[in-house]
Amino acid sequence: MSILVDKSTKVIIQGITGKTGALHAKLMKEYAIEVKNPGFFVGGVTPGKGGETVEGLPVFNSVAEAIKKTKCNTSCIFVPPPFAADSIIEAVDAGIKLVIVITEGIPVLDMMKVKAAIKGKDVTIVGPNCPGVITPGIGKIGIMPGFIHKAGKIGVVSRSGTLTYEAVDQLTKAGLGESTCVGIGGDPINGSQFLDVVKLFAADPKTEGLVFIGEIGGDAEETAAEWLKANYKKPVVGFIAGQSAPPGRRMGHAGAIVGGGDRTASQKSDYLAKCGMKMVKSPTDIGAAMTELFAKQSKTAAPAKKVAAPAKKAAAPAKKAAAAKAPAKKTLVIKAAVKAPAKKAVKGKK
Amino acid sequence: MVIHEYQARSLFKAYGIPVTEGVTVESSKGLEAKLKELAALYPKAQHPDVDGFVVKAQVHAGGRGKGDVFNAKGEQLDRDGKKLAKDGKKAGGVRFVGSLSDAVAFTDVLLGKTLVTKQTGAEGAKINKVLVVPGLNIPAKSEFYLAIVMDRKGQCPFIIASSEGGMDIEEVAEHTPEKVAKIAINPASGWWPVYGRRVAAALGLTGDDARKVAAIAEKLYKLFLDKDASIVEVNPLVKTDAGNFYAIDGKLNFDDNALFRQPEIAAMRDKEEENPLEVEATEADLNYVKLDGSIGCMVNGAGLAMATMDTIKLYGGEPANFLDVGGTANAERVEKAFRILMKDPKVKVVLINVFGGIVLCDRVANGVVEAVKKIPGFKMPVVVRLAGTNSELAKDILKKSGLKLIPADDLNDGAKKAVAAAAKA
Repeated sequence: MSILVDKSTKVIIQGITGKTGALHAKLMKEYAIEVKNPGFFVGGVTPGKGGETVEGLPVFNSVAEAIKKTKCNTSCIFVPPPFAADSIIEAVDAGIKLVIVITEGIPVLDMMKVKAAIKGKDVTIVGPNCPGVITPGIGKIGIMPGFIHKAGKIGVVSRSGTLTYEAVDQLTKAGLGESTCVGIGGDPINGSQFLDVVKLFAADPKTEGLVFIGEIGGDAEETAAEWLKANYKKPVVGFIAGQSAPPGRRMGHAGAIVGGGDRTASQKSDYLAKCGMKMVKSPTDIGAAMTELFAKQSKTAAPAKKVAAPAKKAAAPAKKAAAAKAPAKKTLVIKAAVKAPAKKAVKGKK
Repeated sequence: MVIHEYQARSLFKAYGIPVTEGVTVESSKGLEAKLKELAALYPKAQHPDVDGFVVKAQVHAGGRGKGDVFNAKGEQLDRDGKKLAKDGKKAGGVRFVGSLSDAVAFTDVLLGKTLVTKQTGAEGAKINKVLVVPGLNIPAKSEFYLAIVMDRKGQCPFIIASSEGGMDIEEVAEHTPEKVAKIAINPASGWWPVYGRRVAAALGLTGDDARKVAAIAEKLYKLFLDKDASIVEVNPLVKTDAGNFYAIDGKLNFDDNALFRQPEIAAMRDKEEENPLEVEATEADLNYVKLDGSIGCMVNGAGLAMATMDTIKLYGGEPANFLDVGGTANAERVEKAFRILMKDPKVKVVLINVFGGIVLCDRVANGVVEAVKKIPGFKMPVVVRLAGTNSELAKDILKKSGLKLIPADDLNDGAKKAVAAAAKA
């Protein structure tokens, strides 16, 4: 199992004829073929370039046309910043259910308008300014290097691209693998927040632990951590980048800036630790920390060394056993949600 | 992007937000005549609330009034531009003066000097421009705070209004949160008059005053939207003893991502206020922030770049900079980045940390080799950690280059080696 991207996913690229779009069309297609899911990636859209092909895939003039011809339910956006918000709206209007926005540098006011415009609609937006979403073994949507991933049990959610690769590389090498990796992006206003993504992971029985990578700026990490504390009993390893960042300076990501009332990186990290996450000081230690948590978990009734955490861990397996049966309902709900777009796409064809 | 107060005033004026006229100069030559013209705009009969002048240093930092002014010798100055005596009165970056000649004299005290405020850091900011505006008679309890900010939690703009103007709003919010009103603006439906009425109520204003302030708030929001601002702040907004409202000081921040469609704002950028290396980096489309340490960092990705700095600190070193070469790093960009790092005299060691995704490690390696070749007599230790796409190819290129490079297995290893090399250098 996985979240957001599964076997029912059919993806197109908006902006497929651009330099970056075309490069990643190639890489996404290669990955789909490698994992024997060639029907995963079905085409692209560039207004005015309908009828062309990129990597042997059809290019359409509009998302609506692409849906009609390919039954796609997911779009990946590589459109340049001035036009990216318009592309998101086009995808949502046409009935796409998952829009993954890779574009970096979209004006904040554009994203604000997009969020206001899609409110209440049955669509998930991931990004902008993110590496994308990958479910190893099923398909990759975005710019992450596919070869470092391996299908497995850890869900990864992160504001940073390359830091996610660091974590994934370690999880793969540690033999844990990843269920799905979601880059939510480094912008102040983004489609999906940490909370949205961790809730999806919590509902996925095959995701047995989480890696949670945040940054300085805002308090979206804290909000998600509070929810996890109350609702999630599986292991979570966290890292917050920006311990050494001076306040008031934007560290590359538009969102990575300590503003008034924000916690500093170390305060944020401490807060997450208080919410039950195992926080690491260097991203190099993410894999080892997760391995350690699993080792502790398997040692039932291990004597408490650290204060509250092990007690919780010891309790976890019992709850998990119960959870393994109980979430059958939840699983169904997810499946239905994922299937829904396909159904609508069929309707659209009629 | 940040702009100066005098530029903020020009935008306020263009949007009908009341400001007094002012004179901005880079030298006091001809200032006297300009101030006479300025004074002539405010005859006492029509403007009983205008009195004297306020001389204001134009630097990109807050806390100017309480700041300290230093000359080139590093001596702190008094109000007359002389070395500050023990019992003397320090100059400060903003000062009310009674007469035109005092305004000219104090402008001379400020120009070319260095202003150190709590926001500038110890090195301070050079005063290249001075703004002179008419002084205003402001009775007690007539200073307000009004701002529009993009709120990331609410994911929409908020109006922040407080009756405690002229103070540090963050302190007001911390100590007396009940005195700070926060009003969310629905981005889908735009401005409604109710927002203005709520602002007036928050400031304790009624009648004509309420209507005036509501109108100012609406104009601020229009400015915020039109110009892709992230912060539009008036602090203080004052009511003079004659009942007129004026925006006395303004702080405007703009969304860097939107500058492509804001040529007027982009043209207001004052490169002299920025670190020259940062200016060069921006022109090369690199994300670079100068810091104070000795380990120069070159990393791809903002998150990994921050984590690299953090890890250096974890092992007892100090990063010299934040540098994200970005997602499309090719040999030229890497070379440019490398050259910028080399220009920082504090850098003793370079740590390159690249996890190849879209960025191909071999391209990074080629860029490093090219850059180093072009720097004659380059001897600095370079710690290199490359992982991900084409990392093996990259390691090969570096090995064959004949350069003295220190390979690292992972970020911890790289940081440790960089810290050790910096300690030796």
